[in-house]
Amino acid sequence: MTKNNRIIYGLILILGIAAPFLFPGFKLQISFMWLLVVLALTWDVQGGQMGYNSFGNILFFGIGMYVCAGVQIGMFFPLAEWTASGGEETFVHTPTQYFQGFFIGLILSGIVPGIVAALIGYGVLGLRGQYFAICTLGLGIAAGEIAGGIELIGAGQGMTSPPWPKNIGSLELRSQFFYYLCFALMAATFLFLKYAYQTRFGLVLNAIRDNEDKAEAMGIHTMRYKITGWIVSACFLGVAGGLMGNMVGYIEPVEIAFAGATFGVFMVLMAILGGKGTLWGPVIGAIAFHIFKEGFWTFFLGWQYVALGALIVIIVVFFPEGIMGWLRERYPDKFGETVDESDIKAQVELK
Amino acid sequence: MSNILQVERVSKYFGGVKANENISLTVEKGSIVGLIGPNGSGKTTLFNSIVGTHPIDRGSIQFDGKEVSELPVPAVAKLGLLRTFQQTRIYGKLNCIENMLISSKQEKENIFTMFSKIPEELTVKAENLLKFVGLYQKRKLRAGDLSFGQQKLLELAMALMNEPKMLLLDEPTAGINPTLINGIIDRLLTINKEYGITLLVIEHNMRVIMNLAQRIFCLAHGQLLAEGEPDQIKNDQRVIDAYLGAQ
Repeated sequence: MTKNNRIIYGLILILGIAAPFLFPGFKLQISFMWLLVVLALTWDVQGGQMGYNSFGNILFFGIGMYVCAGVQIGMFFPLAEWTASGGEETFVHTPTQYFQGFFIGLILSGIVPGIVAALIGYGVLGLRGQYFAICTLGLGIAAGEIAGGIELIGAGQGMTSPPWPKNIGSLELRSQFFYYLCFALMAATFLFLKYAYQTRFGLVLNAIRDNEDKAEAMGIHTMRYKITGWIVSACFLGVAGGLMGNMVGYIEPVEIAFAGATFGVFMVLMAILGGKGTLWGPVIGAIAFHIFKEGFWTFFLGWQYVALGALIVIIVVFFPEGIMGWLRERYPDKFGETVDESDIKAQVELK
Repeated sequence: MSNILQVERVSKYFGGVKANENISLTVEKGSIVGLIGPNGSGKTTLFNSIVGTHPIDRGSIQFDGKEVSELPVPAVAKLGLLRTFQQTRIYGKLNCIENMLISSKQEKENIFTMFSKIPEELTVKAENLLKFVGLYQKRKLRAGDLSFGQQKLLELAMALMNEPKMLLLDEPTAGINPTLINGIIDRLLTINKEYGITLLVIEHNMRVIMNLAQRIFCLAHGQLLAEGEPDQIKNDQRVIDAYLGAQ
């Protein structure tokens, strides 16, 4: 790691830790922003690095959300009665129960979507191009409809996640607690992917994007890498879903858990805005997108979707490769694309 | 000498089109063999059949004593039988070094080898091979930004990175300027001699194939028309009529 990098990472870390005190009014907003970064980063594993445009990654987000809340409640109370009664009216978690449930729920909200990804991966990832895109789109929509039919998790009415225990501190503490969890999840996702992209795994994902037939012809079992990549995305997305469910406090199948029309589209947009297929692109894209979006909702209320649509058009027309991609086109040498002039002999030698 | 590749009575039909019919050919270990024939005579189809891109309808293909006609593409490649493509296939958005690193042979592909860092000596090996094909200077450029001829050279280097036992080359000199063609012939001969890699080469450039190959097979209309040494082929009346053109 170079000195410059260390300074940048150090600054982000300090800023991330200090943010709740610097901007106390925006704590919840910044928490959401970190989760959006996770969404963009995990989508980019498929959409950017591997070249498989997935519109169904929201599936894992929703599963994680339901699994986390379900475990939190189911560990201590009958889940069916909780959802039927509207939740916290009837049953109350003690602080110990709350945190135990939350801890195990979060872990499982990573594991279960990972298993789902592994199970459906072999079939779905065998499709390519637009067939894959359509199939995953269907997965996301189907999941919302199916969840809307299961009584145990509240069907179309949704369910509440356990509320913050009453006697351990203010709501201020609650939002700080969730803020740091979101920040930690974002950091973990980023660092894991940063490492993974330097390994053979990252190289092969790129190879699949550029020419999958060639990769197979060179003896690479691409399916294993594709499934592994999907499991990685699913795990981190699931945990993000688990956190989101608890922060919002209320889980509804189509609008919040399997929200293909909002989060499902946002994760694609954010990655494209920042520059898909790069490590930093999704991070920059998510932060920029969140700021734009909140700005539109504040200053253009009533026209917010028009403004958002205009932004999408601008991104697609002027920055098809995203911010990072645009920088790379303009300054290729800054990204290491240089001709080694010192070794001109090697080229001349070939006669 | 033993045969490294043995193709026996292989047939491949696409609907009513008989792309390959009853083709038998053998390639000796360590030799350079040419495959010629007019356009649409089934040369590339035969390559695809050998490496397992599509299932064959009849016949058997043995590589290094193993039946490979039922194996999927990556499994055949892992045995050491690699091919290059007529239209170059490289990883366009990655730089040359990365293209080479991906191509290195990976015996096992499990969660640990996937997520382990790429060893330093592989990069050195990649750089040496890039020097061998004359691309060292441009090693940090995106492969997609290279010219067509350079991409062909890169593809050759990528194949060598994999340390195959045998290479199937689909028109290695198509679209390359005459000066560079000599360079490629030299390199193919070096590969064959020093690395001991058996070559089966599809080629339309007669000068190249006559200089390169020790034995030539000629296809026409999906069938094996003639086989023999370059001089025999050059003077074979059937080959001249079908391919070289009657004079």
